[in-house]
Amino acid sequence: MAHTMKCKVVSAEQALYEGEVQMVIASGDLGDLGITPGHAPLITSLKPGPVRLVFENGEDELFFVSGGFLEVIPSQITILADTAERAENLDEAAALHAQEEAKRLLNEQQSEFEYSRAAVELAEAVARLRVIEQLRQRRA
Amino acid sequence: MAVGKEIRTQIGSIKNTQKITSAMQLVAASKMRKAQERMGATRPYADRILEVIGHLAYANPEYNHLYLDEREVKRVGYIVVSTDRGLCGGLNANLFKKVVAELGAHHGNGVEVDLAVIGSKALGFFRSFGGNVVATAGQVGDQPTVADLIGSVKVMMDAYEEGKIDRLYVVYNHFVNTMTQKPTVQQLLPLPKDQQDDLSANMGTHWDYIYEPDAREVLDALLVRYVESLVYQSVVENLACEQAARMVAMKAATDNAGQLISDLELVYNKARQAAITQEISEIVGGAAAL
Repeated sequence: MAHTMKCKVVSAEQALYEGEVQMVIASGDLGDLGITPGHAPLITSLKPGPVRLVFENGEDELFFVSGGFLEVIPSQITILADTAERAENLDEAAALHAQEEAKRLLNEQQSEFEYSRAAVELAEAVARLRVIEQLRQRRA
Repeated sequence: MAVGKEIRTQIGSIKNTQKITSAMQLVAASKMRKAQERMGATRPYADRILEVIGHLAYANPEYNHLYLDEREVKRVGYIVVSTDRGLCGGLNANLFKKVVAELGAHHGNGVEVDLAVIGSKALGFFRSFGGNVVATAGQVGDQPTVADLIGSVKVMMDAYEEGKIDRLYVVYNHFVNTMTQKPTVQQLLPLPKDQQDDLSANMGTHWDYIYEPDAREVLDALLVRYVESLVYQSVVENLACEQAARMVAMKAATDNAGQLISDLELVYNKARQAAITQEISEIVGGAAAL
């Protein structure tokens, strides 16, 4: 059996990664997923959070996705992200600020619509911070 | 030499204008390259989604989604993608002409039209022209994000889902090459039949996915994303068109300024020469009289 599979990470705005990987770890709607070559075909929606790609040589890279889909077909994985960023490019200060802002909006909820939007923003900011935290732990 | 001085100042001001237009031309050229790259970068997303939708539709033939369903047309929606800034030749004018022609055709059939406009130029145009504008998104800048557009797209998609409009189109400039941009009307909803046929044609395999959370939910969400990505693509393409058109327009303006300057210089030299000749003949005449 092959030890690697093709993987593509694309968002509506750009293609972020394309190449061979050993394993993909992502947070799906129903729980975290680790996918290795030979996985059964699968489609799942993704929660805001980290996506980790493990390459052939054991190195890995972290991405942040704000939601989207993950598709597995034999020998290929595609991540269709709503928006995606490389973890190194994440800005902790901006994420913290976004979190504060979202919390503030939640506290002074004006309407149903704004409440749900603030909740989404909060979830995204928290997920972003999670990714940064993971990145930092690995470096340490 | 009063005439000469006037012409000199005129030449000077045209030279200044020429400097501006040639700078704009260079800026537009470099922005166009970037916009073209972005155009290429957005394509894989829509292509992948289309493939997945095709597979889903094939695997679940009994589930006929609203977005795939043709219905009688009583009211249609248009998303008009224009530029934010002018000085790009006839780019916007040609696009609006196309929209107005479409509006006229629908009006003739007793079909009403809702508009969602992207870009300040379209907003300005339809404010004076008239037309039922239900949503706008302006100042998207050189690097539009999906988030900038989602609002106005969602208004139209909600209207479609509620049955207020029965068809949705997007109008934008298609980037043929640097010299040619073609105003294009593309049907978004329901997904055009030939596209649907394409979908089922390349699906020969007989396996199905595991769905999380559930096939319909995934299909619904994917279709929404697909339409959004199409609109995003047309905005990015229109942006590339804008820069290309501006580059060409500014090149023409720079060339024209050069032509004007050389014409004026000729007039100036002639006037100067005439003045000198006149002065000499006056002196000669004066000397002869003595």
